[in-house]
Amino acid sequence: MIGRISRTAAALLVFVVSVFPVYWMVLTAFKPTKDIQSATPTFLPASVTFDHFGTAIAAKGFFSFWRNSLLVAGGAVLLALVVALLAAFAIARLRWKGRRAFVLMVFVAQMTPWEALLIPIYVIARDTGMLDTLWMLTLVYFMITLPFTIVTLRGFLAAIPVDLEEAAQVDGCSRGQAFRRVVFPLLAPGLLATSLFGFITAWNEFAFANVLIIKDQDDRTLPVWLSSFNNTFGTDWGATMAASTLFMLPVLLIFVVLQGRVTTGIVGGAVKG
Amino acid sequence: MTLVAERPVRATAPAAPKRRKRANVLPYLLIAPTLVATAYLLLYPLVRNVVISLQEFGLPQLVRGDARFVGLANYVQVLHDPEFWAVVRRTLWFTAINVVLIMVLSTSVALLLVRLGKWLRLLVMGGLVLTWATPIIAATTVFQWLFQSRLGVVNWALTSLGFEEYRNYTWFADGEATFGILVTLIVWQSVPFAALSLYAAMITVPQELYEAARIDGAGAWRVFSTITFPVLKAMFGLITCLEVIWVVKAFVQIWVISQGGPGQATTTLPVYAFQVAQSLQRYDLGAAVSMLMVVLLVLALLAYFRQLYRQEREA
Repeated sequence: MIGRISRTAAALLVFVVSVFPVYWMVLTAFKPTKDIQSATPTFLPASVTFDHFGTAIAAKGFFSFWRNSLLVAGGAVLLALVVALLAAFAIARLRWKGRRAFVLMVFVAQMTPWEALLIPIYVIARDTGMLDTLWMLTLVYFMITLPFTIVTLRGFLAAIPVDLEEAAQVDGCSRGQAFRRVVFPLLAPGLLATSLFGFITAWNEFAFANVLIIKDQDDRTLPVWLSSFNNTFGTDWGATMAASTLFMLPVLLIFVVLQGRVTTGIVGGAVKG
Repeated sequence: MTLVAERPVRATAPAAPKRRKRANVLPYLLIAPTLVATAYLLLYPLVRNVVISLQEFGLPQLVRGDARFVGLANYVQVLHDPEFWAVVRRTLWFTAINVVLIMVLSTSVALLLVRLGKWLRLLVMGGLVLTWATPIIAATTVFQWLFQSRLGVVNWALTSLGFEEYRNYTWFADGEATFGILVTLIVWQSVPFAALSLYAAMITVPQELYEAARIDGAGAWRVFSTITFPVLKAMFGLITCLEVIWVVKAFVQIWVISQGGPGQATTTLPVYAFQVAQSLQRYDLGAAVSMLMVVLLVLALLAYFRQLYRQEREA
């Protein structure tokens, strides 16, 4: 009995510690300024205001930062998806000399300490006139997400039985047709999950966005803008937390989507026995 | 995410003779874009970093582009700089304290999860996933709000508990306090992944082992030290290696919250490399420092791959 109570207490403690910062962020974002500034903080929403979200959205450049972040993250993920799908197919479905070495290269590339490459990439971008362009950022994010995308897509591909493709080929499909008509639809949930994870990585990235976009402040992305909230909002913590909440929102939505989709084993019933 | 196991590839049916030639070129065409991208966006920057670290490369060279080679002079200068060694010691200390806290806490949380009923377990796992999903920049912003001197909820809580000295305490003006906040932030962000991975591994341990131990009258600690830990040793090793790597290269949290300050109190290797390159415009020294960090990380990586290999063999 005592064991049960202490376990429950420990569980609630872990829950509160993990949730509190995010809860406090959202709560502050909805609190009227006088509640935020009161000497004794309130831990439950007493009255709700949308003023801070108004302030955040009205901040100079808010929409262009959103657009930049979307463009860069979306572009990087699409590029990574196409390139990775080709490579994943080669690894999962074909036998060729150098395959093991290639897989090893992808694994090593996945562990790249990107933090150590800030300086050379800055120098290269400057030399090639790519500094202050969203293109350079897109390319870097593409490369950061590529190895992970290949590894996961290969996993999803390997889970789809070769029998299905062979059956389609026996029925008269070419290899390309078999892939497009049989494998691709089965792979769709995997593609979705992988691209969403890649999107989160690119959406959250700060270090390169901070180094590669310097002169033209309108070309900044959301993380860099949010990190300098002092310049935009001063000590207006309500607006800062509202901006922070808006930045986190797409990531949360993606997690909710993934929760349902990835676990669906569509392939489950496709092959019997 | 990096734990995806290598699966054996099933041999495809032998290709018909007339298609053999095409099949031989096809894989190389398919991997060509990946190879080109990796060569230009990963290998080239890495090589360029090595080259810069062997040159005299400051602002004039960045603008004019006529850097000359100076051999190992930059490395000699860095390795003779007491400040560099202070940064290395701080990085090791920072890594040790973070990784120990992460492993102890996540093991406790995983053990707790195993023992919880369904609803409480889902609640705790939901909380962990929410923490995991929080973007670094959102987290750094919230932590700055939590630890604000005026109106910050942490100071309010400490003052209410009777610690008067925390009334309007300025956390970010003090080196050790900022260090502590960064450790708290990184541990808070890292525990979910480690705890959920360890939990997933723990539920694969055969129940019979536990029952046998309990019949023999073993207590909770004995069960953990004689069954759970030995069975999952490779998994513990793997996660420890990953956490070491992540903590050593943690840059964004530190840069956004303190830029390595106040003074140099929170300057770890990646922050130091960036400071030297960006603020002092000594790209050559910055490149040398980051190469030394890469060496440190490669050592940790080799340990990681050894664990991965062991894990594969045991699986």
